[in-house]
Amino acid sequence: MLANYGYSDASGDFYITIDTDRCDGCSACVSACLEAVFVVVDEDPNDPLRDDPVAMVAADKRRKLTYVCGPCKPAADRPPLPCVTACKAGAISHSW
Amino acid sequence: MAEQKSETFWQWTECNWKDPDVGWKDARFITVGIDVGSVSSQACIMADGKIFAYGNMRTGSDSPTSARNALDFALKVTDLPEERMDYCVGTGYGRVNVPFADRTVTEIACHARGANFMYGPKVRTVLDVGGQDIKVIQCDEKGKVMNFLMNDKCAAGTGRGMEVFADLLGVSITDVGDRSFQYDGAEPDAVSNTCVIYAKSEATGLLRSGWTTEQVLAAYCRAMAERIFSLIKRLGIEPEFAVTGGMAKNRGVMGRLMTMISLERMETHWDTQIAGAVGAALFGHALCQRGKGRR
Repeated sequence: MLANYGYSDASGDFYITIDTDRCDGCSACVSACLEAVFVVVDEDPNDPLRDDPVAMVAADKRRKLTYVCGPCKPAADRPPLPCVTACKAGAISHSW
Repeated sequence: MAEQKSETFWQWTECNWKDPDVGWKDARFITVGIDVGSVSSQACIMADGKIFAYGNMRTGSDSPTSARNALDFALKVTDLPEERMDYCVGTGYGRVNVPFADRTVTEIACHARGANFMYGPKVRTVLDVGGQDIKVIQCDEKGKVMNFLMNDKCAAGTGRGMEVFADLLGVSITDVGDRSFQYDGAEPDAVSNTCVIYAKSEATGLLRSGWTTEQVLAAYCRAMAERIFSLIKRLGIEPEFAVTGGMAKNRGVMGRLMTMISLERMETHWDTQIAGAVGAALFGHALCQRGKGRR
């Protein structure tokens, strides 16, 4: 499942996508993110019949992604994003 | 002497229903789904995965009470004792506030599952326009979510936005769809589709400059359809296409949206507002079958 967390507003589309079929719940993204955007839960509330842990974007961060992700996204010379780099399974992507 | 008058136009009709052909006495599992949304709350009682009864009410200020009331409203038309319930799943905005729920599931999963039940396994894209958010979900033939997107940051394009307009224009919420087509000449341009408050002030301006109520309704229905369309486009539209939530009953928005998508939407005889509760009850049933129920 592609889980898109975020929002669209007048300034653009801001979504973090987690591919839950690739995610193995390893928590690497949780420790890589300085703003605690990710959490790993034992039961996926979007897929009650799945039994494995899975990463999600924390509920209190979903509507603030432009602000909390801001520090990792300078306008010029953008380094690789820590969360995307940390995810060995390649499950995380950003829309902006 | 003072006189006070109060009239509201946004209120839709609450209802409950029981299937006379489904019995609970021989059922192996009685499961209940409770969907406490921001505007409406539903309870769906299922006997072995078949809809036995449901109740559909407005959400009050207190989620636990709303959940209780919706369940009582559904139980009222049946002779089912509440103790007979095997499992209860809560969903929707107020899902963590359903005191008698055994488990919570997000409304994303529930709407996909509910749409799969109500519209059949051919559904691939589900649009849910709720009271306070819009969800676009792609699912497989079993109703499992494959891709989803939700906008709950802003009320533009939501059911509550339409209620605000119904009240502003003094048109009953159930008549908005039909009235939005009853004007002469060309269709007016859409009002602002990024903010309900701005759209409302724009509409007031249009009324002042001589537009008819019907033209303003048309302009707002178009704005809502555009807003919803921009979200759907992001995810992509795979047929068959189904709509759940209260907005599915609004021909003014849905008619304009379907022209933009150039697809037909699927039909159902079920009340589109109960999709979340249906999905929740189905998950309860699936969990019971897998031996993950209460007992």
